[in-house]
Amino acid sequence: MLNAENITVRYGEKTVLDQVSFSVDSGEWWMVAGPNGAGKSTLLSAVTRGVPCAGRITLLGRDVSSYRPEELARQVGMLEQNHAAGYAFTVEEVVALGRYAHRTGFLRRGDAEGEDKVRQALALTGLQELARRSVLTLSGGEMQRVFLAQVLAQDPRLLLLDEPANHLDLIYQKQLFSLIGDWLKTPGRAVISVVHDLALARRYGTHALLLRQGKTVSDGRTAEVFTPQNLQTAYGMDVFAWMQGLYAAWQQ
Amino acid sequence: MKKQDGFPWYGWIAGLAAVLLTMLLCVCSGSAQLAAGETLSVIARAIGGLPVEDGLYKSIILSIRLPRVLSAALSGAALALCGGAMQGLLRNPLADGSTLGVSSGGALGAALAIVLGISIPGLPLAASTGMAMLFSFGSLVMILSLAYAMDRSLATSTIILIGVIFSMLASSLLSLLITFSGEKLRSITFWTMGSLSGRNYTHVLILLGGLAVFGTVLVSQGREMNAFAVGEENARHVGVPVRRVKLRVMIAASALIGMCVSVGGSIGFVGLIVPHMVRLVTGPNHRRMLPVTMFAGAVFLMLTDLLARTVLSPIELPIGVVTSMIGAVVFVSIFYHSRKGGKSAC
Repeated sequence: MLNAENITVRYGEKTVLDQVSFSVDSGEWWMVAGPNGAGKSTLLSAVTRGVPCAGRITLLGRDVSSYRPEELARQVGMLEQNHAAGYAFTVEEVVALGRYAHRTGFLRRGDAEGEDKVRQALALTGLQELARRSVLTLSGGEMQRVFLAQVLAQDPRLLLLDEPANHLDLIYQKQLFSLIGDWLKTPGRAVISVVHDLALARRYGTHALLLRQGKTVSDGRTAEVFTPQNLQTAYGMDVFAWMQGLYAAWQQ
Repeated sequence: MKKQDGFPWYGWIAGLAAVLLTMLLCVCSGSAQLAAGETLSVIARAIGGLPVEDGLYKSIILSIRLPRVLSAALSGAALALCGGAMQGLLRNPLADGSTLGVSSGGALGAALAIVLGISIPGLPLAASTGMAMLFSFGSLVMILSLAYAMDRSLATSTIILIGVIFSMLASSLLSLLITFSGEKLRSITFWTMGSLSGRNYTHVLILLGGLAVFGTVLVSQGREMNAFAVGEENARHVGVPVRRVKLRVMIAASALIGMCVSVGGSIGFVGLIVPHMVRLVTGPNHRRMLPVTMFAGAVFLMLTDLLARTVLSPIELPIGVVTSMIGAVVFVSIFYHSRKGGKSAC
């Protein structure tokens, strides 16, 4: 579905991503992990053309640079980690914006299944009760769910999630990851998410890309990537022992 | 049932009716009070191409008040629409032609034409009008070019920052011009404070054409502005061609502001205050908010102009002074109540 070859991103003199390559197929959930400054979020921005990059990214066999904005939005949806709506839009209005790329015709009026998709997205994220509320009155976790509902209403084939568990309590973290897992069961879909929590990455991811200072440490199936050796290289500490220690404390 | 999220047809009719009623009130009111029936009859006969009896009524209505009131209505609609559009696009409730330096740039252009004595034979207003439009366009091009040089993504924060700096620069250059303007001082200062006195049907046509073309562009971008108002990055993710829309809206708004400045001078606060008041009623959805803002702006400026020419009659106040005084008080009041109530005015 998505093929990235030798992606390099520079901010001035600084190289943020250096020759990163990976390939995502339908049904796969890629977890992008690594310490702060590894280039994880930049990688997602490169896929959505948010930052200029060298290398080649193809989506469904076509260079992403050849997609028009609404074409790309029909295929790729992105959930950012921070949200701050500027005005008092209702939850429903923000979720409905996800249908922008599906609207056709004069003044983008036509979208036959738009209302159903918005209703489904609100139901899936448990936001029906809040549909008429102003987004300015919501908590960080509720806001995260609103934008998750928006990206679900967008109905893309590839879902990009930048630290999706941000602002969410444990209950919603669990719900969110289960929900994405169910979403992925429909054929022709894939997910790439940036995560800090390696336990979640190991539990839900099918594949992983481990980065350090913009370079690939390892990529492939999660079990092959999250080895003590690779984690030591990426984070510069014995992550495996530390996490085992954490869980051991719970077992006691 | 399909949900109505745009502006319904009966909203357009109601808005138009409100504008026409206010227009009638403003044409009838002034130092000489005119009867509504008589006024309507004169206007209807003139529109229908029927002969109108010569006299004071005809002269006051058709030559003085009607073009002035029409100029006020169209300027108000255009300025308020531009303010609402810019506030949505830049996700900043303080964005407006005046805060972005477009109005100041236009005022500087017109003042330059007066000071340098630039004129076009046979067209006494063309030089200052043309210079105001040219400088409004030029200001925007300069602001966008500088913003682009600093930040290729044309981030709204960069545009606003450069706009504010440019506005200050244009205002100080204007003050410098006023210092050296000698006997032309009164003409420039009165013009920079804004006035719709003595406007004629040429001015009305300029504004009508501008509003028909650029106003339509702005109103048609309601969905895109909603996406921008939620967040520029988010707009990009849902498929809005952000750079194209941003340029389209900025160019349309600056052209329209340039036309308004060329006709009535600097009339501040209309683009800032009217969208705020409308948003309190309609909510922030630009598909509803922009058309209502347009009608409300027309009504607001017609009434303000009426106040400017009647409150201290026979002395006429510059309309920009009146809009700023009313605007400042209303603006502070809205912010005070909204913050106190824990609810955003936006």
